[in-house]
Amino acid sequence: MTNIIGKITLSFQTFKAHRLRSFLTTLGIIIGVTTVIAILSLIEGLNRSVASQIQSIGSDLVFLQKHPMVMAGPRNLEEIANRPDLTPDDAEAITRLSSVDVAIPEISQQASKIKYRDHEVAQTRVTGSDENYSRVNNRFVESGRDFTRDDVLHRRSVGIIGSYVASNLFPEESPVGKELNIRGHRIMIIGVFKEKGAFLGQSMDNFIAIPYTFYEKIYSQRRESVIERAFFGYSVDIKPVPGKIEKAIDEIRELMRRRHGLTFDKPDDFEIGTQQRLMEIYQNITRVGFVAIVAIAAISLVVGGIGIMNIMLVSVAERTREIGIRKAVGASNQNILLQFLTESIILALIGGIIGIIFGVLLARLVSVVSPLKAAVSFWMIVLGFGFSAAVGIFFGIYPARRAASLNPIEALRYE
Amino acid sequence: MAKVSIVCRGIDIYKTYWRGKIPVEALRGVNIEIKNNEYISIMGASGSGKSTLIHILGCLDSPTSGEYYLEDKLVSQYTDLELARIRNKFIGFVFQNFSLLPRLTALENVALPLFYAGVKKRERVEKAKHILNKIGLGDRMAHRPNELSGGECQRVAISRALVNEPKIIFADEPTGNLDSKTGAEIMEIFDYLVEEGNTIVTVTHDQNVAGHAKRIIKLKDGLIQHD
Ligand SMILES: Nc1ncnc2c1ncn2[C@@H]1O[C@H](COP(=O)(O)OP(=O)(O)OP(=O)(O)O)[C@@H](O)[C@H]1O
Ligand SMILES: [Mg+2]
Repeated sequence: MTNIIGKITLSFQTFKAHRLRSFLTTLGIIIGVTTVIAILSLIEGLNRSVASQIQSIGSDLVFLQKHPMVMAGPRNLEEIANRPDLTPDDAEAITRLSSVDVAIPEISQQASKIKYRDHEVAQTRVTGSDENYSRVNNRFVESGRDFTRDDVLHRRSVGIIGSYVASNLFPEESPVGKELNIRGHRIMIIGVFKEKGAFLGQSMDNFIAIPYTFYEKIYSQRRESVIERAFFGYSVDIKPVPGKIEKAIDEIRELMRRRHGLTFDKPDDFEIGTQQRLMEIYQNITRVGFVAIVAIAAISLVVGGIGIMNIMLVSVAERTREIGIRKAVGASNQNILLQFLTESIILALIGGIIGIIFGVLLARLVSVVSPLKAAVSFWMIVLGFGFSAAVGIFFGIYPARRAASLNPIEALRYE
Repeated sequence: MAKVSIVCRGIDIYKTYWRGKIPVEALRGVNIEIKNNEYISIMGASGSGKSTLIHILGCLDSPTSGEYYLEDKLVSQYTDLELARIRNKFIGFVFQNFSLLPRLTALENVALPLFYAGVKKRERVEKAKHILNKIGLGDRMAHRPNELSGGECQRVAISRALVNEPKIIFADEPTGNLDSKTGAEIMEIFDYLVEEGNTIVTVTHDQNVAGHAKRIIKLKDGLIQHD
């Protein structure tokens, strides 16, 4: 124990003598650890918000769409546009499947602006669905009431607004019972959804839900362009019976193929996705980020390590006489090895600690100036520590070995 | 001190250095025996192999051939770790150029062998202080080597050699870098140490210095000419 403390004090004496040199040496490690900590904590923050969002959307939803969830690579847009549109009838048919709890049609579009007296909100999403909308989407009507079957059947001009819309348009009064105007149609507000928060910096509460029957009246014009025909139609959100998600997917596929009159040799003309799949897609994206970090970390740590090795070799050469003297008074090879190894480890750790501090600050800064919320966790700090210690050992062992193996007399003779 | 009367014994010791491809025979078959409480001076012309010999005797270097025994054990059979222990506890070495660590104080320099012996901090300081007081440097303990005179440095180096109470002390021209008065003071310390029962081997050019020793070994061209 006295030995360890002795070695550490010894190392610090050496660093004090070469302050600038020591700092420059650790720069590589500082940069490496800073980048790793900053990027890791940003990805972690992203992961957390995505995970919590996906959970809050509702567990184990299945999505039926005309177009693929992610357009990977060049796709024939024309082919997708020419597929049959999905319809509310499809949702109804799917609801009747034994493995399905409930299915809803969903269709949306962005309204440019919605005004109420002298207040306004922009980029509000208008979503058409049916009375099961809040059940499928894990939404909760906080004040007022939810849709009823009658609202849908009678094409009532009613709507439920997200909390963002509520607080911006009606800062002082209750929105329930008030009327909004969209594209010349009056909508009576019957309820307000409970807040869900932001996802990737975007509010999830800036929307208004209306019966799809009424939606069709507001947005009645035909979809002309390829893009419009491919992407702007109905999709169906399906909530399977718990534990029957695989069966539900099979049944939905079979049903839809029948409804579209596809013979067995034809491919599907619709896409089925799951939240699981969504999560996987997301994870694939972050995996690329992880690979990039590993590469950055590896490069900068190797550069930092070589810097440390270099400075330690210089240090061994400079202190050859010292090594000789120490050996002459009884230092063993191991004593000398540990002395220099402690030095390189401490050097690397100092770099690591500075890097951790910079990394955390950088992550904080990004959190402040951008919607990305960084989450620094303990394991990252341990990782930063561990990595720099490993670099110190790995790149310090060769110079330390060299110091330890010096012959005492030759070392003493060294000028 | 030790019961064994022969502290060390070298048999037919050769040391060959290589300058490129040319061999330099520094020692060519030296036989030597050192008994307990002896005071020996090794003399000889420059280049005769004195330093080479004392380094081998002090286990700082190994012979090219021949056998060297410390207390009846063959030194070449010791491991690196055992050799370090021997240099630490069994042998005290004093160099001509003092060889102190420049960044350490006199006290820390003296305590260094104790550090490698695994002695606790408080005891290290106590022992080092005790010996520095005895050698007359009680008021110089916090000084670094560059703040000390040559004689003082050499006394620090001697204290360092003595601090682990070694069985034998080797000194390679301990007065070589000192004026004659300071040199004489150092020699007095050695006389005193011998009286106390220490075993001392010094290397010197100086007839006066050698005069203190009871036994003089003359080296010439790597051979013992006179014992
Ligand atoms: N590392 C070495 N490489 C090559 N030759 C060496 C080496 N060390 C010593 N020698 C040679 O060995 C011979 C003996 O050297 P040594 O240092 O033992 O002499 P010395 O008697 O101590 O001389 P001095 O009185 O000058 O100190 C000399 O010829 C010297 O040049
Ligand atoms: Mg010499």
